[in-house]
Amino acid sequence: MVNPQMVMYEEEFNQIQTVVDRLVKEANAKVVFIVDKNGQLISASGDIDNLDTTSLASLTAGNIAATGGIAKLLREQEFAAQFHEGQNANIHIQLVGNRVILVVIFDAKSSLGLVRLRVRKATDELNRIFEALLSKVQEPGSDSPFAEITDEDIDNLFND
Amino acid sequence: MSFINYMAREINCKIVYYGPGLCGKTTNLQYIYERTNPDAKGKMISLATETERTLFFDFLPLSLGEIRGFKTRFHLYTVPGQVFYDASRKLILKGVDGIIFCADSQIERLEANQESMDNLRTNLAEQGYSLEKIPFVIQYNKRDLPNIVPVEELRELLNPMAVPDYEANARSGMGVFDTLKAVSKLVLTELKRGG
Repeated sequence: MVNPQMVMYEEEFNQIQTVVDRLVKEANAKVVFIVDKNGQLISASGDIDNLDTTSLASLTAGNIAATGGIAKLLREQEFAAQFHEGQNANIHIQLVGNRVILVVIFDAKSSLGLVRLRVRKATDELNRIFEALLSKVQEPGSDSPFAEITDEDIDNLFND
Repeated sequence: MSFINYMAREINCKIVYYGPGLCGKTTNLQYIYERTNPDAKGKMISLATETERTLFFDFLPLSLGEIRGFKTRFHLYTVPGQVFYDASRKLILKGVDGIIFCADSQIERLEANQESMDNLRTNLAEQGYSLEKIPFVIQYNKRDLPNIVPVEELRELLNPMAVPDYEANARSGMGVFDTLKAVSKLVLTELKRGG
């Protein structure tokens, strides 16, 4: 199989959401979200109503991809963490298990030290959850809801 | 790599527009953006130079509708076409589910098309993918211009595998949605097979 699917189940989703919700509180953050390395948003929490999380997810993944490219050229395995400081907002980006990206957006109510501390703890927990999730996804397609779709279903999507 | 989210009942797929510099990849995305219902699209992002050449990528999220109770979302990306941005192109191909090769039909770009196609094969191979296995369609763009290569000739050069191919003029929109639909169908069919 050329292209393994990433699958998210309810159980793991809830566990991830719990970690993310707690991180918002414990790190005094404005927003916390998790993206996979291809730019798909997995989970988000905090003040996200006025935030374009889809675009943020894609750009964060692009950023991590570019940084990973730089690391490779420097014969570094990966730069696991990044920090960008703005006038009002700061952003901390952490690779988790080289698979997903944990992003924390915070302002003056928090500090880089606190964010890093809390992120480290959350990273361990997330690592465990994603490991479990990956081991669960053995045979993609076997229980995929898409195994039973018909050509007609696909055609219907385009009949507008 | 598609992403199936049982919790949100969503399926996400990544489509990449590939092709030589100035062949019209960004123009394809702009047309799709302009012609899509606001409910079905997100913001289009272009990471471009001051002269509007793509520097890293363009990005456009689209919702196609529901299939068996799952929302289907497609993330469209373009690569920077200019030869020296190869490192960026490799990054954008990661996790791709379907590829549209956008060819420039003008006679003087024949070699650039071939070079870009070879580059696509090389970059895919580096990541363990191959054009034979991935959903793939070709678009012959700029068919409205006077100095163009006949489609048969382009087909012979660029499409030996006889994948679905379409004539297009991305500025006017001719062929743009046909190409996107074709690759989307192939991607969904691949999902159905459990790929």
